[in-house]
Amino acid sequence: MIAVRRFLPGGWLAAYAFLYVVFLYLPVIFLPIFSVNTAATPKFPLTGFTLHWYEDLPRTPALLDAAWNSLIVGVSAAVLSTLLGILAARSITRYRYPGRSTIHGLIMAPLVLPEVIVAISMLLVMLQLGLSLSLFTVVLGHVLVCIPYSMTVLTSGFEGFDRSLEEASADLGESAFGTFRRVTLPMVAPAIISSLLVCFTISLDEFIIAFFLTGTEATLPIYIWGQLRFAAKLPGVLALGTLLLVASFLLMTVAEILRRRAARRTQNEGGLYA
Amino acid sequence: MPEQPQILRPQSDRSMIEIENVTRSYGAFKALDDASLTIREGEFFSLLGPSGCGKTTLLRMIAGFDNPTSGSISVGGQPMEGIPANRRPTNMVFQSYAIFPHLNVEQNVAYGLKRLRLQGGEEKRRVEEALAQVSLTGLGKRLATELSGGQRQRVALARALVMRPKVLLLDEPLSALDKKLREQMQVELRRLQQAVGITFVLVTHDQYEALAMSDRIAVMFGGKIAQVASPKEIYQRPVTRQVADFLGGMNFVKAQIVEENGASLVVDTLGFGRIKTDKPKAFVRNGGGTTLGIRPERLRVLWDNATAKFEVAGKVVERHYFGEITHLIVEIPGLEKPLSVTETNDFGADDIPVGTSIRLAYDPEALVAMAD
Repeated sequence: MIAVRRFLPGGWLAAYAFLYVVFLYLPVIFLPIFSVNTAATPKFPLTGFTLHWYEDLPRTPALLDAAWNSLIVGVSAAVLSTLLGILAARSITRYRYPGRSTIHGLIMAPLVLPEVIVAISMLLVMLQLGLSLSLFTVVLGHVLVCIPYSMTVLTSGFEGFDRSLEEASADLGESAFGTFRRVTLPMVAPAIISSLLVCFTISLDEFIIAFFLTGTEATLPIYIWGQLRFAAKLPGVLALGTLLLVASFLLMTVAEILRRRAARRTQNEGGLYA
Repeated sequence: MPEQPQILRPQSDRSMIEIENVTRSYGAFKALDDASLTIREGEFFSLLGPSGCGKTTLLRMIAGFDNPTSGSISVGGQPMEGIPANRRPTNMVFQSYAIFPHLNVEQNVAYGLKRLRLQGGEEKRRVEEALAQVSLTGLGKRLATELSGGQRQRVALARALVMRPKVLLLDEPLSALDKKLREQMQVELRRLQQAVGITFVLVTHDQYEALAMSDRIAVMFGGKIAQVASPKEIYQRPVTRQVADFLGGMNFVKAQIVEENGASLVVDTLGFGRIKTDKPKAFVRNGGGTTLGIRPERLRVLWDNATAKFEVAGKVVERHYFGEITHLIVEIPGLEKPLSVTETNDFGADDIPVGTSIRLAYDPEALVAMAD
């Protein structure tokens, strides 16, 4: 125990934090490691380094189709949920009305509902409405799960927005729409872009809802799921998984940087003249 | 004949803003209660009162950010009902300045001009002129976030003035500045108002600010206008104890009314004897008694054997030193509360020992009757 303490100068708390991070990220680290291993089965010891599995990826038409589908679904879901999120976040942060917090809660609820239940319910609704399953129904499903994330990002960007900025714009003769275009939008643009990136990433990675709601067209996670039946395809899946992981990580990082910038822009107002 | 440029504009008697019986209720609470007021063209007018007195509500209703529950407001002879803020001939300097953080100084000042689509460099000329008016020439390219508090305030002023409004509304514009800068800006604001000749309506809770800058002041309490008058009259002849108190120190003396006619009152006091005084306009007789008030600086210490036509004798019970002045608390036989006396220190008031018997000179004119 003393050895551990010497090894980690921060003491028990630091040891705990270290183990915590290892627990979170160790499985994720295996993915890239085995994706460059020459052996077709993911186990130690490693047999050799290769980029062969990555080189195979662009030569798989089904994979390219799935990537294209994911892109379409991701962009559509991101745009739709951000649009709806803007309206909701604006109403939540700007106005005071009865039922405001209830509505806020209801919008955020899909975050904690079991996804498989949401997926089944949506499937029932779609079928009742007579919609045939397609990428469009996947988009609808993804909008539902993306809105809470979009809301979270956008409310943090909208909150603390000095209302007198909009009043100043009106006072200087600008119309309500002009004020939105010339003051509100430029100030919250980083939050909006951040919301788009977050929603796109979530849609890109989402499996269960897409699995239930898609017809014959597969998105990337569904394609991966399909490939898992063939042991020989596993390294390719690992390579694809690694790429998805890196893309998600990059997108989320950019989104978070933008979100913080937006929050700073609106909330710093008060502190500037001190 | 070419028009003469006017630097000091004469006060016009034409009205610029008419506020008639304006009430603003929030449920049962009345933020503004049946207020009527006329603000003249070219006037520097202040709405003065403690927080929650309705002064900001009134200002925001003139600007069009809020609407009266009842009553009417007109600006430049035009009724404002149903006219939104963006089509009113008023511009506002916000308490937070509301400088657009994503635009630089020039773009901030030009914000309202963009819609006018001015031709041939007119926009640039007007922006330059406005920046010069507030001494910000050369800072046009600075970002709003790179400015000091005082500079931000000037940008807010320039941005409003560049629109050439009929009325400039100022919502506590100096409250975020430190004392020294605030005093400097008071002088500058007054000078600017005289130069541009636009009607200024200032909201403030700082009585010195209102006294120093205004042509006239409306003192407000609890949604009602208590008194509208020039700074000197507000200070010297407050109509109620509340107004007197808000504007600075005041000694209150109970008095019995002996005689009341047209414009004057004759009253008996215990400390000051029989006094004849002007009857205030809004004077309401409250039985046989009334209150007289005298400002601490209107009582002067009589040195050695000096005498005055009107004097009271008493004993110093406390002394407080304030640098250029000294506050003496003087007990007068017959008065229930000791008098507060402010004396400049050039004759050594700061050396008067506590317990000394002194005599105070006063002018009966300085004793004003007021409602409770």
